[in-house]
Amino acid sequence: MTSIVTDRMQTPERATQRKSLRARLQEWLPKIVLAPSFAITLFFVYGFILWTIYLSFTKSKAFPSYTLTDARAYQRLWRWTFESNPPSSWYTSITNMVIFGVLYIVFCLAIGLFLAILLDQKIRGEGVLRPIYLYPMALSFIVTGVAWKWFLDPGLGLEQTMHQWGWTSFHFDWIKNKDYVIYTVVIAGVWQASGFIMAMFLAGLRGIDSEIIKASQIDGASPIQLYRRIIIPLLRPVFLSALIVLAHMAIKSYDLVVALTSGGPGGSAWLPSNFMYEYTFKRNEMAVGSASAVIMLATMSAIIVPYLYSELREKNR
Amino acid sequence: MSAATVGARPAGSRVLNRIVIYGLLLVFALVYLIPFFVMLVTSLKTMPEIQNGNMLALPKDPTIQPWIKAWGEACVGLTCEGIHGYFWNSIKMVVPAVAISTLLGALNGYVLTKWRFKGHKLVFGLMLFACFIPFQSVLLPMATVLGQFGQLGKVFTNAFGMNLGFGNSTVNLVFVHVVYGLGFTTLFFRNYYEAFPTELVKAAMVDGAGFFQIFRRVLLPNSLPIIVVTVIYQFTNIWNDFLFASSYAGSGDVMPMTVALNNVVNTSTGVVEYNVNMAAAMIAALPTLLVYILAGRYFVRGLMAGAVKG
Repeated sequence: MTSIVTDRMQTPERATQRKSLRARLQEWLPKIVLAPSFAITLFFVYGFILWTIYLSFTKSKAFPSYTLTDARAYQRLWRWTFESNPPSSWYTSITNMVIFGVLYIVFCLAIGLFLAILLDQKIRGEGVLRPIYLYPMALSFIVTGVAWKWFLDPGLGLEQTMHQWGWTSFHFDWIKNKDYVIYTVVIAGVWQASGFIMAMFLAGLRGIDSEIIKASQIDGASPIQLYRRIIIPLLRPVFLSALIVLAHMAIKSYDLVVALTSGGPGGSAWLPSNFMYEYTFKRNEMAVGSASAVIMLATMSAIIVPYLYSELREKNR
Repeated sequence: MSAATVGARPAGSRVLNRIVIYGLLLVFALVYLIPFFVMLVTSLKTMPEIQNGNMLALPKDPTIQPWIKAWGEACVGLTCEGIHGYFWNSIKMVVPAVAISTLLGALNGYVLTKWRFKGHKLVFGLMLFACFIPFQSVLLPMATVLGQFGQLGKVFTNAFGMNLGFGNSTVNLVFVHVVYGLGFTTLFFRNYYEAFPTELVKAAMVDGAGFFQIFRRVLLPNSLPIIVVTVIYQFTNIWNDFLFASSYAGSGDVMPMTVALNNVVNTSTGVVEYNVNMAAAMIAALPTLLVYILAGRYFVRGLMAGAVKG
């Protein structure tokens, strides 16, 4: 579809006349309307990204410096990447990113798909259950963090409750343990997002042609075979979308770590986003903070760009 | 419907099947509800009851005192005036930010579908990608620019006796949220208007209607569903934002609700009043929860539209 609309503007008589000011204005109006938004995006998104990249090649400390130096910020990050004993903050952040990212994505996909399949068995009360699985998505990460911080607190929450119920050997202090604190972030994160992934899968299941299912049932496929061989493969596009959404949310995660763990003992729950914030605004290492932001952006782009490219191309074929 | 219901199986195993399915669904429902339930009951208990009782027990003597205290007296950092001021900060930030970004998104979507020009795809692609950047990559430059706004505000104050909004934290946050919300609102409206019949637009044009007239008379009256979706999506996102809020309005009485809540919980003067903390968290969660309860269908649609592109 090209500019069908603008071509129609010029009716024969008018094309021969000199265009009036008003007509010319009408022709330009759409572009004038779009221009501010586009200019804002160019400057505040792409310009700012370049600005951040520039800063990462300077010696900026507490205040931005604009004298270009070398890639020392990246060299430091690179060195820190292998500094595991004792772990550097950057080592902790990227290790946590991998642990959190993988577990968060896997568990959300697994629980989401499982719940969607269960809910798709002609369940009475689906209208009540679905909103219950999904409501955490409406809460802010800060609220989620506050609620789970309380729930997982060894002295007040789950552990204490189990002790009161007589299970006195029950021990669960992950939230205070520097080696396990990141897993509490996974728990709260999965709790928040898995319902949404369920909704995505459910929409996908409902979109499957019932003829295919009937046909395979006639062929004698058992329910498990039916799901494994036919339905789940058909859901591949949903898997892809869900994967992208989850990866995007995982890389952006920042608030949850702050609210749930306050960074964990000695910064042991940091993700790269927390690293960036701390180094930029608290530790007066702006160049390093910017370099870490650039790395986050590069990671995200590697995931998003191919996806958006294929989506936009498919749409307009 | 894809429901793979079991066909020729003995009735007994079928019943068992159903019991297992319902059982699992209920267990999951409980897991999803418990943290919220705990938060709610804790906010209705007295401190002695919290220290001695069970976290899952219903309050013996429900009290709304913690809520009143959270609203009017809780300490945020060193000031102990409750969270109501921060709640209003968030409202003052959310309403204009949602209105402006939705309106701009509608106009952008209209241009990008009904008034296409060469390169419209590139423009859309660039705006779409902007939705996905980690905001860390623009955080610092934006802080610098907002600092410049503040300087400009001082100049204006000296010259005219008012800062014209420059340097005002709420205005800053509105600006930031409009800038980084534009991609999403444009995406929503573009996809919606893509399916809107172009013939109607053409017919209106033949009748001599102009650009804005067509938008107002033809498209807007048919846009209610997507407006609701966009407003809910933007409202939830902006209300729940923490990164921008803590970076650009992270202290003092200009904080939005999320930042204030985080400070209430981490204020360590005196005895920690868990019931007040939970009440504050409930108050912070209420607006978005309310929206979810009242318009859940649109909420889900917004999430999906934001997730499944193109």
